[in-house]
Amino acid sequence: MHADRPVFLRVRGVGRRYAGVTALAGIDADVRGGEVLAIVGENGAGKSTLLKILSGVVQPSEGSLYVADDAGGLQPVLLDGVRDATKAGIALVHQELNLAENLDVAGSIFLGREPSRFGLLDRGRMRADARKWLARVGLEIDPGTLCGTLPIAQRQLVEIAKALSTESRVLILDEPTSSLTTRETERLLEIIDDLRRAGVAVVFVSHHLDEVMRIADRVIVLRDGRKTGELARGEYDRATVERLMVGRDIAASTRRGVGAEAPVRLELSGLVSAHRRQVPVSFAVRAGEIVGLAGLVGAGRTEVLEAIAGVAPHLGSVRLDGRELEDGAPARVRRGVAIVPEDRARNGLFLEDSVGVNMSLAWIDRTSRSRLVDSRGEPGLVDRMIARMQLRPPQPSRRVQTLSGGNQQKSVIGRWLAVDPAVLLLDEPTRGVDVGARAEIHAEVRRLAAAGSAVVFASSELEEVLLLADRIIVMHDGAVAGEIAAHEATEVAIMRLATGGAVQGLRA
Amino acid sequence: MKKALGIIGIFLAIFVFASLYGENFLSGINLMQLTQRTALYSVLALGAALVIVTGGIDLSIGSVVCLAGIMTPWLLVECEWSPWLAISTVLALSALIGLCHGLLITRLRLQPFLVTLCGLLLYRGIARWMTGDQTQGFMGEFDGVRKLATGRIAIPGIENFLLPATVIPAAILLIVIGLFYSRTVWGRWLLATGRNESAARYSGIPTAWLITLSYVGCSLLAGFGGMLFIFDISSAQPSDFGNFYELYAIAAAVLGGCSLRGGEISVIGVLFGAATLQVLRTTIILVGLSSQLEFAVIGAVLLIGVAADELIRRYFARRLERMSRRPEQPSPIASGT
Repeated sequence: MHADRPVFLRVRGVGRRYAGVTALAGIDADVRGGEVLAIVGENGAGKSTLLKILSGVVQPSEGSLYVADDAGGLQPVLLDGVRDATKAGIALVHQELNLAENLDVAGSIFLGREPSRFGLLDRGRMRADARKWLARVGLEIDPGTLCGTLPIAQRQLVEIAKALSTESRVLILDEPTSSLTTRETERLLEIIDDLRRAGVAVVFVSHHLDEVMRIADRVIVLRDGRKTGELARGEYDRATVERLMVGRDIAASTRRGVGAEAPVRLELSGLVSAHRRQVPVSFAVRAGEIVGLAGLVGAGRTEVLEAIAGVAPHLGSVRLDGRELEDGAPARVRRGVAIVPEDRARNGLFLEDSVGVNMSLAWIDRTSRSRLVDSRGEPGLVDRMIARMQLRPPQPSRRVQTLSGGNQQKSVIGRWLAVDPAVLLLDEPTRGVDVGARAEIHAEVRRLAAAGSAVVFASSELEEVLLLADRIIVMHDGAVAGEIAAHEATEVAIMRLATGGAVQGLRA
Repeated sequence: MKKALGIIGIFLAIFVFASLYGENFLSGINLMQLTQRTALYSVLALGAALVIVTGGIDLSIGSVVCLAGIMTPWLLVECEWSPWLAISTVLALSALIGLCHGLLITRLRLQPFLVTLCGLLLYRGIARWMTGDQTQGFMGEFDGVRKLATGRIAIPGIENFLLPATVIPAAILLIVIGLFYSRTVWGRWLLATGRNESAARYSGIPTAWLITLSYVGCSLLAGFGGMLFIFDISSAQPSDFGNFYELYAIAAAVLGGCSLRGGEISVIGVLFGAATLQVLRTTIILVGLSSQLEFAVIGAVLLIGVAADELIRRYFARRLERMSRRPEQPSPIASGT
């Protein structure tokens, strides 16, 4: 059925390695005019790498791209930079919006290729042309409006108008609905449908499988950098796509959870982070329990953890052992609430300082009786923590910068073990950590829970969630989408909740 | 101490140059004068260092020097307050100024540069308005309190050189601040905050409170310094007293090894930074250069100093990186990723 649609862009055997790690391998795809091609996959499946290759941001380490010439024949191309891609008629609309807030709409659409007359900016023509492109995305706003004053959804449409205005035949949309409301999403899907009918080739990447189901003519599923399936409309259903996304079988969790007799330690009610539009989140964690927060990137897990830790302001209440926690991280750390942040280089470590300093800073005020400290921190305690975390090499004087990712992460976690935290929050506890260190980190977290702490962690890797958690809370779109006991959970069940499967009707 | 080695080297080089080519450079009177001014300016430079450690800046130091320095004789002579009341009022006001800076920066999240730039204009304006732009002085009285800056202490066995009394408060501040950063929890937390404020916040360190404290300390030292300056020179004009002093203070701190990125301090370095600038000023005059060139020479030396410092630091950082890579290679089993 799609054979009569012209191929605009052909991908053959494309792969990409970063420093010896394969991010993408052996991808074949045809992008056709008048068709919406969806690309889906878990976090880290290779979607962004593929988009970057298609839009010229990175170059493939293997394989080739072909672009249709005016006669419809396919010519091999090298897309070295976004300019080349634009020339080939390919435009990418980023997930993060890139409009300059201080420019007006017409100015941002024609940024860098402003129409001019006698060397002067031809404002009239620019506005008239802008109006034409805005009409194509159904946006009736004055081209003189400042972009900064537009709501997100309209900025998204301006970005699409800008992409179209470069005469592009292939329009790549990376997570275009991630910051839109249901109604705005609806509107965007209609516009994509219009563009398809006008013969544009649309490549659509989304975490929301229900949107993909509605709009896509074909779906390409990626997993671990490889294509696990390509299905045409009519051939796919939700279950098939989910199975292709998840793929592997995982040993079931050995954790059975804690009984109802264990006292509740951490209790959230109506928590809303000030950093994100979010549905109030409520749940409780018992002593000895490990709760895993699953969900896709941007589902709001980090915001929940940061609100509990007090590093981000929030509404609603957080109680520890029945007593309300005061605002602010310092007060919460004093009550024993500890966080291991997602971006350890930025939020976790003092890179130029030694392991000893990094491990002891958070608690030196409690261990040093006189508020005076030894210049080496607290050598005895630091040595014990290094031994307990099996840090390699076990040198407290070593600069943290020179450690491997796994050992850096161990020194962030080790920081908190010295004070026996009541609540340990971990955001992506083993990102960028090798297999051996990961097992050691998991063991340490379990030991801490066994000693009576309440543990909450967020992970984008389903395998880790299933392995470590007693209970899994799945988040989708800033809200709790569901809760599953670990021994009953499957990857497919989690993925369904995470992609909005069980809340049909709430969204799009 | 390691951080201070560079500036000590520069100081010695200029000192030797001045002794060889400057007439009367090594005379007792010149050395006394240099010691006095180094002590005075190092009080301000230590204050600047406090905020630079947090990654901030204070441009209002010179104006706080002016306001505090002008207010002291004004309260004593015009308002006839008792010395202790006047001194504690001026110090309290200075601390209050710092508190305002700190709160505006940490609570309202305004940029330190802007907040203290406004302070620079504000406090000088207030000082000029308060005094009707009239020269303020002690009218030959209050010699007792002024001894803090004008006193000279004889050192047994050394002739032609009396130690200026200002050295005592300056030395006490130097030691206290040095110990604060190396030996106290708050000091360590402040260094960590300067290194990576975000990581400090995630570690539960009360960063906002500590940064505010640093601005209080800076303005308090500027106010105290202003008082010492006016005790020393006995009278001053509100329109130009303390002009550019913030730049001497910041320059001394940076020369002394405080990175403007924050997280680094060496009190010995700050002391030598302040001393270098004073020796340089004197040298310009003693070797017969026009005093109009003063700022140009200081600017050039500062630029060369920080450029050399950066290059040396980069060289050592690269060497350190290479050295730390090597030992991890041979034992793949013992190392992590």
